[in-house]
Amino acid sequence: MSVANHLKLRAGLLSGLILLVILGLWYAATATSGATASAAGLTPAQIEYAQMMGQDPSAIKADGFPTLGQMGQTAWSHLSRPFYDNGPNDKGVGIQLAHSLGRVALGFGLACLVAVPLGFVIGMSPLLHRALDPFIQVLKPISPLAWMPLALYTIKDSTLSGIFVIFICSIWPMLVNTAFGVAAVKKEWLNVAATLEVSPLRKALQVILPAAAPTILTGMRISMGIAWLVIVAAEMLVGSTGIGYFVWNEWNNLSLSNVIFAVLVIGVVGMLLDLAFGRLQKAVTYVD
Amino acid sequence: MTNSDDNIYRPYSPVSRLGGCTCGQHASVAEHDAAALAATEARATDVETLSRDFIEAAAVKALFPLEATRRAFLSAVGQRTAMAAIASVLPLSSLQAMAQDKGSLEKTDLKIGFIPITCATPLIMAHPLGFYQQQGLNVELSKTAGWALVRDKMLNNEYDASHFLSPMPLSISLGLGSSAKPMQVATIQNVNGQAITLALKHKNNRDPKHWKGFKFAIPFEFSMHNFLLRYYLAEAGLNPDTDVQLRVVPPAEMVANLRAGNIDGFLGPDPFNQRAVYEEVGFIHLLTKEIWDGHPCCAFGTSAEFVQKNPNTFAALYRAVLTAAAMARGPKNRELIAGVISKPQYLNQPEVVVKQVLTGRFADGLGNVQNVPSRADFDPMPWDSMAVWMLTQMQRWGYLKGDVNYRQIAEKVFLMTDARKHMKELGQPAPAAVSPKFKVMGKEFDAAKADAYLKSFAIRKAV
Repeated sequence: MSVANHLKLRAGLLSGLILLVILGLWYAATATSGATASAAGLTPAQIEYAQMMGQDPSAIKADGFPTLGQMGQTAWSHLSRPFYDNGPNDKGVGIQLAHSLGRVALGFGLACLVAVPLGFVIGMSPLLHRALDPFIQVLKPISPLAWMPLALYTIKDSTLSGIFVIFICSIWPMLVNTAFGVAAVKKEWLNVAATLEVSPLRKALQVILPAAAPTILTGMRISMGIAWLVIVAAEMLVGSTGIGYFVWNEWNNLSLSNVIFAVLVIGVVGMLLDLAFGRLQKAVTYVD
Repeated sequence: MTNSDDNIYRPYSPVSRLGGCTCGQHASVAEHDAAALAATEARATDVETLSRDFIEAAAVKALFPLEATRRAFLSAVGQRTAMAAIASVLPLSSLQAMAQDKGSLEKTDLKIGFIPITCATPLIMAHPLGFYQQQGLNVELSKTAGWALVRDKMLNNEYDASHFLSPMPLSISLGLGSSAKPMQVATIQNVNGQAITLALKHKNNRDPKHWKGFKFAIPFEFSMHNFLLRYYLAEAGLNPDTDVQLRVVPPAEMVANLRAGNIDGFLGPDPFNQRAVYEEVGFIHLLTKEIWDGHPCCAFGTSAEFVQKNPNTFAALYRAVLTAAAMARGPKNRELIAGVISKPQYLNQPEVVVKQVLTGRFADGLGNVQNVPSRADFDPMPWDSMAVWMLTQMQRWGYLKGDVNYRQIAEKVFLMTDARKHMKELGQPAPAAVSPKFKVMGKEFDAAKADAYLKSFAIRKAV
C-alpha cells in the first residue's frame, strides 16, 4: 500500500470521527428538551392553555432546535418525494433545486458569453486593460444583492432580475481571470506564432486559449461558487420558486429542521458543482 | 328549487359522496340505483336545473373539502338545519344566477400575490374553496416575500391583483416611496386581527408611558401597523420618531428578533403575534381592536389600468373575494378555514396557531386563555373615511407633505360604490352609502373634519 493511500484512509477515518462527534454533540444538546409535563393535576383551563401552546403530549410541536430523530424524519419526508407539486407555493425540494440550477445556469452562461471574449480583448490590449480597470475595480466588490432593487426597477420582472443578479456576480472573477490568463501567455509562444505568421484568429484559438484555459476555468470555478451563494439569497428576496424560496418559506414557518435540511442540500449541491468544475480544470491543465 | 334536496348530487345527504356515486339509504346499490334513476334522469335532463344543482353541490363541497367532515357535520346537525345554515353563509341563489350570465371575461388566467398572514384569509381561501373557479377564473396565488416586493410586482404588472396593506394603494397612487401608479382598493380584506406583542421580560411593564427607548418592529412604513402603533405611543405621550425606534421587519423575522432580544416588541400581523406566544418568547399586550375597533388592515386591490382593461374580469374577481369574505365572517366557519389556509402552500403555519387567531379563543402568553370572538373579522367594505384617516396619519408623521385633498384621493382609490354594488348583486346585506364615523382610542374621527382632526394632535412630526 502506498503512502498516499494510507493518508487517504486516515483522513477518511478522521472525517468520519468528526461527523460522529458533531452528531453526538447535537444529540446531547437536544435530548433533554424533549421532556413534557404530564397532564395530571391540571385544571381544564390549564390543559386547554397547554394545548394552545402546542404542549399537548399527543401533538408534536415543530419548533425549537430539532433532535436528530426529527431531522431524520424531515430529511426522509423530503427525499422520499422530491418532485411533488402542490401548486405554485408548495413544491418538492427536487423541483426547487431544478429552478435554482436553471437560474444559475442561465445567469452563469450569459456571464461566460460576455466575460470570456471581453477578458480576451482586455488581456490582449494593455490600453483597454488600463482604461477599463477602474470600472472593473469599482464594480467588482459590489454585493450582487445590492443590484436587486435597481434590477427590479429597470428590468421590471422579478425572474429576470434574479438571473441578472447571478449574471452580474459571476462576470467579474471570469473577466479578471481571463484577462490575467491571456496577458500571462508566454512571450516565446506568441513570438513563435508571429514567426510562423499565424492568423490572429488562429493565434487566439490555438495558442492563447489553450494556454490561458486553466486560469479561465479557475475564474469560472470561483464564479460558479459565488453564483451558487448568491442564488439562495436572491431567491429569498424575490421568492416564488427555488431552494432559496424554500428556505424563506420554512423560515416563515420558523421550522428549523426544514431550514437545516435545505442548508445541507445547498451545501451538497454546491460541492458537486465545484467538483464538476474541478474535473474540468484538471482536463485543461498542462505541464510546461 | 334552490337548496332543495332533490339535487341530484345530494350535497345535503350525510351518506352521499359528492363527486362519486350517489349510493345511500338503500339496502343495496342496485336497488338504490333503480329507484333513483328515474327521478335523477328527469331532473338531469333539464339543463338549467342541472347547472343549478352542480353549483350548489360544488359550493357545499367547497365548504367541506373533506368528505368525512361534510358527512360528520350533516349527521351531527341534521340535514334541514345544515341546509338552512349553509344557505345563510353561501348566497347560493345569486351564485347560481350569476353562473348563468357571466359577462365575457377579458382575461381568465390571473396571478394574484399574497403575503402569508391571516389578513389575507378571504383571498387565500377563495382558491382552495373554488370561489375563483366558480367565476370562471383560473387564479394562481403567488406567495410573496415582502411588502416592497408586492409593490414592485404590482408596478411591473407581474401580478394582476394583490393583497396590499390598505395604506399601500394610497401611497403608490400618490407616488410615496415608489414611482406613482394609480391603484385601487376593491375590498378591505380584514378588520382588527393585529396585536402589540411584547417580549416576555416586559410582562410587568405594561404601561406604554414607560416604554421610552423601546425598539419596535413594524411590517412596512405604509401600514396600519405603523400608524396604529404611532397613534398608541403618541397617546401615551411618547414621540414615535424620537422616543422609540421603529424598524421595518418582515413578520417572520419579528418572532426571531424577539427571541434574540433585538426588539422589545412589535405591532404585527397574525399569525405571528400568536406564533410568538406559541414559541414562548412573547405575550399579547393588546389586540389592535382595543385601539380602533373595526380598523381596516389589509386590502385586496389592483391597478386602475387593470380595472379599465378588464372590467368583467375585475367584477368576477370582486364577486369571488366578496363571497369568500362573507363566508369568512361566519364564526362557525372559522375552524374549518383555519384548517384550509394553514397548509404549506398558503400560510405554512401550525393549524393550532391559526385557529386561535381566527376563533378568538387564544392563549395570551401570560398563562390565560382569552375569549375575544371579534379578534379578527373580515368586513370587506372599503369605506373612504378609513382612507381619509390613513391620509391624515401619513401627513401627521411626515410621509405626505403639502396641501392634500383627502376626500378626492380617498374616493378615487377606495372603490366604495363598486363594493356596494357587487355586494347587493351577491345578495349580501349592502351597507349604507355614507361612510360611518369611528373612534380611535376614544376620539371620534369625522372624515368631513379631517383637517381639524389632524391639527388636534400635539405629538406629530415637526414640519
